[in-house]
Amino acid sequence: MSALAALLRRAPAGAKLAALAIAGTGVMAIADWRVMVDLALLAALAFRLAGCGTDALGRQLRPMLWMLAALFLVQGWLVDWATAALVVARIVTLVLLAALVTLTTPAEAMIATIERLLAPFVRFGVDPGRVGLAFSLALRFIPVIGEEAERVREAQAARGLGHHPLALILPLIVRVLKSAEDVAAAIEARSGHDDPGRAAPSRSVW
Amino acid sequence: MAAKPNPTLDIVYIALFAALTAALALFPPLTLPVIGVPITAQSMGPMLAGAILGARRGALAMVLVIALVAIGLPILSGGRGGLGVFAGPTVGFLLGWVPAAWVTGLLHELGWRQLTSISSFTHAAVGGIVVLYAIGIPVLAFQAGLTLKAAAVGSMTFIPGDLIKAALTAMIAVSVKRAWPIIRPAAEPSA
Repeated sequence: MSALAALLRRAPAGAKLAALAIAGTGVMAIADWRVMVDLALLAALAFRLAGCGTDALGRQLRPMLWMLAALFLVQGWLVDWATAALVVARIVTLVLLAALVTLTTPAEAMIATIERLLAPFVRFGVDPGRVGLAFSLALRFIPVIGEEAERVREAQAARGLGHHPLALILPLIVRVLKSAEDVAAAIEARSGHDDPGRAAPSRSVW
Repeated sequence: MAAKPNPTLDIVYIALFAALTAALALFPPLTLPVIGVPITAQSMGPMLAGAILGARRGALAMVLVIALVAIGLPILSGGRGGLGVFAGPTVGFLLGWVPAAWVTGLLHELGWRQLTSISSFTHAAVGGIVVLYAIGIPVLAFQAGLTLKAAAVGSMTFIPGDLIKAALTAMIAVSVKRAWPIIRPAAEPSA
């Protein structure tokens, strides 16, 4: 593992996010497209040095490829090619740096950082514990709803209802809404009182 | 059903609609024959969250989706996720989900008693298209260094798909209001 990989994996999530914010502001000050393209190449190199691999690099850039190509052509045509290269290289650099932070930080560390960043907002009625609960619940529900959607789809196909989007989404939503009260009751039963902040899975943040 | 506010239930609704919006990414995209622009089911998320949960919970569900994307979950259509999304040119159309759900929800709350598929469609179109594009287009122009006009023209190709989504949302919202209503307008006398 390279020194960069070790550094990125050990650095606290908050520090990485702060560094990313500074980089995001910093690249706006660069006006020379050649410098920007070099930075984009450096970001790609850092991706490899961090041990994230070429696969991860492709996964980040492939979904944006058409968008970036269109942007390059439109910019080159409407403004000039130097600006086109500058804008595209800037987007690629930031996307890669941001992906680097995400790939080297576990989701739990990110959630813990979010809860800590929310601490100053307690006086405005924000409850970090509830926010943490919302995150944990959503992480739990995503695979469940995916499975549920698959089940509804199979049931509709069996009844010959085919692929009509309404036939799929409507029963899914009604099932989801009906389950909500049971889930809420279960959370309150387990926490023993009606303060949902305490019901969050025990995870020491402070 | 008791009408008193239940904060735990609200959190469950918010988390469920965040997860539902994530699950909408799994639906295969529909391609309109004439325009050739793929329509993804996912951008129905903000319209549905607003139309079914109301302004506050709907907007918070979208905040949660965006936060889940930010912490790195690949839940956007095409398997996108992570902070890289926020550096991309179309990030305004993601961040705009919050006010889009809020406005869609507010209009549904205001017109709840006389809700029809037509009025629900209008509410969803104002929130999920007018408000969303009002945020997405300037951000696209800024991020990509385009003029507002060029960004607007480029975005227009997605309008037909979004109109279809607003229509689907309206049909769902009216059915859900009949089967399992969640929104309780503030003006309604407590039962």
